[in-house]
Amino acid sequence: MNRGAEGYQLPLRLAALGFFTVVIQTAAISQITVFGVTVDVSPLVVASVGLLAGSLPGAVFGFAVGLFVDVALVQTLGVTSLLFIAIGYGAGRLRELRDPAHGLVPLAVGAAATAFATVGFSLMQFMLGVRAPVSWLLLRQVVVTILVGALLALPLYTLVRRIVQGSLPDDPRRRRRRAYTTGGLSPLQRPSRSIGSGSR
Amino acid sequence: MYDKQVRRRRAVLALLVVVSLILLTAYFGESAGSPLHSVQRGVVTVLSPIQEGASRALKPVRDLFGWFGDTARAKKERDQLRAQRDRLLQQVVGYQVALQENAQLRSTLALDKSDLQGYDKRTVRVIGRPSNNLLLDRLEVDAGSSAGVRVGDPVVADGGLVGHVSFVTPSTAFVTLITDPSSGVSAKVLNGAGDTGLLKPSVGDPLDLLVQLLPRHARIAVDDVVVTGGFRTSRLESLYPPNVPIGRVTKADPEELASDQQVHVAPIADLRHLDFVQILVGPSGSSGARAQVGTP
Repeated sequence: MNRGAEGYQLPLRLAALGFFTVVIQTAAISQITVFGVTVDVSPLVVASVGLLAGSLPGAVFGFAVGLFVDVALVQTLGVTSLLFIAIGYGAGRLRELRDPAHGLVPLAVGAAATAFATVGFSLMQFMLGVRAPVSWLLLRQVVVTILVGALLALPLYTLVRRIVQGSLPDDPRRRRRRAYTTGGLSPLQRPSRSIGSGSR
Repeated sequence: MYDKQVRRRRAVLALLVVVSLILLTAYFGESAGSPLHSVQRGVVTVLSPIQEGASRALKPVRDLFGWFGDTARAKKERDQLRAQRDRLLQQVVGYQVALQENAQLRSTLALDKSDLQGYDKRTVRVIGRPSNNLLLDRLEVDAGSSAGVRVGDPVVADGGLVGHVSFVTPSTAFVTLITDPSSGVSAKVLNGAGDTGLLKPSVGDPLDLLVQLLPRHARIAVDDVVVTGGFRTSRLESLYPPNVPIGRVTKADPEELASDQQVHVAPIADLRHLDFVQILVGPSGSSGARAQVGTP
């Protein structure tokens, strides 16, 4: 019974996080301009969830948030969800394959997520028939958007981590810290087990 | 066990991508009254009270961020406006005389005194905005078809043109701004000659508008006012009334005018900090002397 309730904790928290992210983004954050560009936190939140929870929860969360964004903003359904699936899955795979411990990883991932979302959305719009010439000014806007996204990535990652903390299946940092501080063997000393228990 | 996990992960990923592609393809090929659009409209209707509540609750946060930017701009704007005020005071006297003469002439010809007289102005609250405004620049407002709002209705704020209604649900409407890449407004420059052109946003800097297709040797100066043109061309679709102020000329380079036939315009309405806008709801079926807006 208790284990069942714990199993639902992560999806419930992620559902609430996704809902409030989109509502707050559309109602307030999108009307704030920083250095001439609009702030978009939704790809950053999706990337943070991927980094914290893994590729599968990241991809599902990205799909759900993207679909909600498309529905709420009366955009072509599927465009944002397709982009956010890639962001959530990519961030999750980074966690699973590299297990990055550096404190600035969320910043780099946030910049990459913003870049992918901005450029990908523009390309999708071009492919769907929005006709607009590409200029240096547009590229400048994209670069500024990526910088603003990178600036916001760390605080947002911390916030998302606080929200989903306790419901995550395992925390890579905690797991590694435990392995060294409790006298456990380094992963290098048991390569076969390390490879066998990791994900591909 | 491990292979099973990998297979499951890949299967879910493939499923999500396929569902997204199916949705994209189905939605793109559908008309506005199709099932997916209806579902979208229903969800927007349900969400609109929540968005409205969130918009009101988070207004102080928006205002706080807006305050920093506004303060930085305020000093510069104050000096510009003082200089502009002095020039305008001189013009006002001349205009008052012209207005008086104009009223007399219009009454003689039995014409309307104002181009907006036939419109009902509905003041509505802005409750949402898309996050990516590089290629989509729209607003969501808290009035829809139940308030008489229709697709194509012009929208104004701060005494200037904002855009037109492009999507309507019973309780909300989406306004496509004049800074959206798909927007095109027939515009007239009040430079004495009344040169006309097509107003489009500058790509990459949406708040810099361009009046294009102007005569190569038009005499246009900085601070000339640009208003809606009020005529129909083959490329344009929706309707704006004539003589609604759009903006002021910020850059009129004779070389750029000769080569690209365009000048730069700053919108009068503060399009990045709108809390309320006015929708000009016209009589049904009216098309009279209104200007055209379009998607090229």
